[in-house]
Amino acid sequence: MEKIKCECGHFNPYGTHLCESCGKPLDDKDKNASMVDMRYEGVARRSQTYNKTIIDKIWNFFSSVKVGIGIIVLTLIASSVGTIFPQEMYIPSNVNPAEHYENEYGIAGQIYYTLGFHNLYGSWWYMALIAGLGISLIIASLDRVVPLYRALKMQKVSRNEGFLKRQRMFGIHEPDAPEQTVEDTKWFLSKKRYKVREENGSLLAEKNRFARWGPYINHVGLIIFLTGCVLRFFPGMYVDELVWVREGETEAIPGTDREYYIENEEFFVELYDENDETFAPALQRAGGPQVQTYQTNAVLYQSEGTGTVGTEPELTEVKSDEIQVNHPLRFDNFALYQMDYKLNELNVMSLSMNDRASGEKIGTIDIDLFDPQGEYDLGNGYRVVIDSYFPNFEFNEDGEPSTVSDIPDNPAFIFQMFSPEHPEEGEYSFVGIQRNEDVFGENDYEMSFEGVETKDVTALTVRKDLTLPFLIAGGSIFMIGLIQGSYWSHRRIWLRRFGGEIWTAGHTNKHWASLKKDFVALSRETGLEVPEDKQAKKAMKEKEPNGRDDSNG
Amino acid sequence: MVEISSNLLLVAFFLYLIATICFAISVTGRKWRDKQGDVTGNRLGMVGYMVTAIGFIFNVGYFITRWLAAGHVPVSNMFEYTTFLGMALTFAFLILYGIYKTNVLGMFTLPIVMLIIAFASVFPTEVEPLIPALQSNWLKIHVTTTALGQGILSIGFAAGLIYLVRTLDFNKRDKKVFWLEFIMYCLVSLVSFILIRYVFGLFQYQAVFQYVNEAGEEAEMVYHMPAVLAPHQGTPVSSGVMEPLLSMPVWLRSDDANTVLWSLGTGVLVYAVLRLLLRKPLGGAVQPLLKNINPDTVDEVSYRAIAIGFPVFTLGGLIFAMIWAQIAWTRFWGWDPKEVWALITFLFYAAYLHLRLSRGWHGEPSAWLCVIGFVIIMFNLIFVNLVIAGLHSYA
Repeated sequence: MEKIKCECGHFNPYGTHLCESCGKPLDDKDKNASMVDMRYEGVARRSQTYNKTIIDKIWNFFSSVKVGIGIIVLTLIASSVGTIFPQEMYIPSNVNPAEHYENEYGIAGQIYYTLGFHNLYGSWWYMALIAGLGISLIIASLDRVVPLYRALKMQKVSRNEGFLKRQRMFGIHEPDAPEQTVEDTKWFLSKKRYKVREENGSLLAEKNRFARWGPYINHVGLIIFLTGCVLRFFPGMYVDELVWVREGETEAIPGTDREYYIENEEFFVELYDENDETFAPALQRAGGPQVQTYQTNAVLYQSEGTGTVGTEPELTEVKSDEIQVNHPLRFDNFALYQMDYKLNELNVMSLSMNDRASGEKIGTIDIDLFDPQGEYDLGNGYRVVIDSYFPNFEFNEDGEPSTVSDIPDNPAFIFQMFSPEHPEEGEYSFVGIQRNEDVFGENDYEMSFEGVETKDVTALTVRKDLTLPFLIAGGSIFMIGLIQGSYWSHRRIWLRRFGGEIWTAGHTNKHWASLKKDFVALSRETGLEVPEDKQAKKAMKEKEPNGRDDSNG
Repeated sequence: MVEISSNLLLVAFFLYLIATICFAISVTGRKWRDKQGDVTGNRLGMVGYMVTAIGFIFNVGYFITRWLAAGHVPVSNMFEYTTFLGMALTFAFLILYGIYKTNVLGMFTLPIVMLIIAFASVFPTEVEPLIPALQSNWLKIHVTTTALGQGILSIGFAAGLIYLVRTLDFNKRDKKVFWLEFIMYCLVSLVSFILIRYVFGLFQYQAVFQYVNEAGEEAEMVYHMPAVLAPHQGTPVSSGVMEPLLSMPVWLRSDDANTVLWSLGTGVLVYAVLRLLLRKPLGGAVQPLLKNINPDTVDEVSYRAIAIGFPVFTLGGLIFAMIWAQIAWTRFWGWDPKEVWALITFLFYAAYLHLRLSRGWHGEPSAWLCVIGFVIIMFNLIFVNLVIAGLHSYA
């Protein structure tokens, strides 16, 4: 499209409202208004200029702030809906979600589940909202920042009369010594840390232009942040595993391809002292012990060589650390977090074989509940064979003994006891926690419980998240942009001489009261009257203030 | 030490009360100014500011002494956090008054501060030990920054409220007046809640009920206010207590529901009495006092507060929150209700800023948004902590 030539000689892109150089209003709307629309300096924005092709339409849709706000509000409402009932990840993992929501929350819970709100933040439409927000951020920023940058770079010092006259703050003065007044103004505004440029007796005093870039910088930060979140879904970027380690044992760390191993030297839970002077009243009210520390004393090993499954790996110690909540063990890109624990898990069970009639103890066996031997020889023709082992015993649906899991929470055994009296067949005995039964008729011998050894078990979350650098970068850039745009405002004061007259005009992208304060201070120094604020005047007339800060840029 | 700390807080509270009176006189005191032919009003504003500053020093004294007593930063339960929020609000006021010197802001903000501190005292005030998840330096950084952000954003609410009271036409009985009166009613109910709680506490009122809890077991529930709403299948154990009118379903905490009912009921009563005495809406009664206030200035104050508070809140409530969550909970974001509501607060104020900057929502619409924003903050503080269970509900 052809360029538009302004009377000052500058060529403006098609669609420009205010000449980029001198500010002269170029279209009729602005020419007839008492105030020009200073949003984005009246630049030609693609979205306001073209609307023909499908690309134009998509561009215009996403560049609209109204659409952006719409997406924000929809996201806000959707997010709040997700907190009405707990999300699926926060309900107990051993229940059927469909039943759980119905049982706990009745008909409302059922509807919630049916609509998929139990997993709202992972739903396709919530993702689509976030994606829409991202697209809107990119397009809306590009649509504005490029032309805005041009306009602010191009701006001339001495602005067109029509531009000055149509500023929100504008005044005409006839000082006695105009030259001196201009000089004084220049000196004073420089002192107030304005950058003052002079051209043919006209002044442009400008301050904090960089604040205009704040919104675009924070949008860039957000885009980087959202990109980081998307990277999560690429394989290898993210590891989320859990490893249970018993005291004294060493386990391969899942997610590290058997390169790293972790040893649990000790796990303990420490409670607050109930007689502590400071905390006693609170502990009493809570009515129970309070945990002070969960800690795993851990040693990290690295395996040498390939670490083929089945061969015993050669381990070298890398480091040892005390893992607590808020203090993970870090290595490579991984971190191990204190996540869960189990105290006093059964580990070794001791049983003795006794002669029932005499009560004589024949011998004792120690059974490693995680790795029981098949047979324990007690000498002199006595031996015990484990016929069956149920680490977590239950009677199944058919009434047969069976096990729930491999964890020895409720171990039970069927022993076969051989003795000189029963060398061939042995005698069968069923032993479990608080159970001791003969299987076939009266036995001469019995197995009796002697004691257990227990161990504490720690559960560590294994986490690798390679998206973090993106999130940190995005978050930092976002914060910088946000502060830049929020804590400074772009102020400009124009001064132009026409013979004995001095025209002053002022503009700021926000906080007009602060700009006015600068004008008041200037007036005290130089005698230039404070220019009139058209908005305030209009508001006084209409009693209905309807101001508008010009832009987010 | 804890006792010294509580006393310092009490002193701060009364200084805020004195400051409120100073600001109120300076705003409404035009008549006196005329008689003396002098600008007493403005000077009283300055006095109010000084008193607020001294009150703030006592408030900080409370904070430091409690920190010393507990051995950890006192922002770890409802009492401590809410008190800190009041302190943050005062701090934010001191900054914004410094910029705009508007006395009316003090007249509205300090009562809100006092309400928040009084509300905090409703919760157990004992010094509590920290659970493992809270033992981190990020407790100091994350919680204080978030509270400060919320405090500054709340100034936006105070200024928005002033704007509405100043500009609405109370002769009409339209939706706007209704909703503003609704805000007034809520504030009155909050005052009622604190007062009746205090009164029944003074008489050490107690009514014990036996009831059947969610697990289907017999349990006891202690009411500190006469029970209108009885617990599920509840029978009074104490003698000479009021007979409840209604029995509540099992999933509802009936003692809390009872307290809420008492507060709202007393609120209705107090509000009705005020309306009868004033013979006009409460907002309409306050309006004449504000006739010299420039609405544009108040509007800018509210916007400025949000422009300052939004980055602080984002830093504390989202960014620091994410860093700590990554350290303590293994992931920076987990859709815990408190996290989600911090995000909602963020999105809401982001929408506010875009509406204001690009769609020209100034003045009244902007003021309403400030009010809604404050409601979201309070919702996140009270409702999400106490009602919606989540990782943050340790208080």
